[in-house]
Amino acid sequence: MVEWTDAERSAITGLWGKISVDEIGPQALSRLLIVAPWTQRHFASFGNLSSPAAIMGNPKVAAHGKTVMGGLDRAVKNLDNIKAAYAGLSVMHSEKLHVDPDNFRLLSDCITVCVAMKFGPSCFSPDVQEAWQKFLAVVASALSRQYH
Amino acid sequence: MLSARERELLIELWDRLTPAAEHIGSEALLRMFTTFPKTKTYFAHLDLSARSEHLRSIGKRIVEAIAEGTRHIGTAQFTANLSYLSRFHAYQLRIHPTNFKLFNHCMLVTLACYLGEDFSPRAHAATDKYLSAYAAVLAEKFR
Repeated sequence: MVEWTDAERSAITGLWGKISVDEIGPQALSRLLIVAPWTQRHFASFGNLSSPAAIMGNPKVAAHGKTVMGGLDRAVKNLDNIKAAYAGLSVMHSEKLHVDPDNFRLLSDCITVCVAMKFGPSCFSPDVQEAWQKFLAVVASALSRQYH
Repeated sequence: MLSARERELLIELWDRLTPAAEHIGSEALLRMFTTFPKTKTYFAHLDLSARSEHLRSIGKRIVEAIAEGTRHIGTAQFTANLSYLSRFHAYQLRIHPTNFKLFNHCMLVTLACYLGEDFSPRAHAATDKYLSAYAAVLAEKFR
């Protein structure tokens, strides 16, 4: 069971309320594919990923970015039981998609960078960063839970 | 591996950041200590509160060293210049190597906060690669 302080809960829900999934999702996924090119192995069917410009302009990357980022909503609404809320998704990522869980952490880091760019140092303060990263770590852990 | 274009980008970027070395460096450290409290164990003898003298002076030194390194990427000079820092981190500080990744990540977040849109995907990728290479040299003498 994850313990959240009141300050952490409020930081997470507050930040989530300001985040535009349609804006941050595509940016974060594009950054993942650019900064960690080995992650492209999961997107062979997405077409042109040959350069940063191609990745940033790729409509399939953008669409998928929105889907993945939107998936965090379930976690924000189920902060006290993220593990159970993500059980099905975890099985899918393991059995069907075969994604190395280390990549969840990489994507979390890219999401964090995009959020930092958008909100700046006073809104995305060190304390808010702590709560947000703890949240993403719990999500990544829940997604890895069903791997065997 | 850093391309010539990435090297130029890094020199230009870190030149631009150097005047704010104290600010950027101390904030990256503060973010690391707040997000990953275990990193504080290496600094138990210092005052790590926001804007403390210690945080600012260590932060400044770190950013200046990172900026200086951009001028020698890909040369033997790079490793040679880091020889003192490498010995210092290995034999005196004895930091568990995973912590370099944590600091590097918090540095990226700090840059993202201050540069906003200017922290392009190219700049992000180049900086991430550079900081990883830097950390590898710092950890070289660990064993």
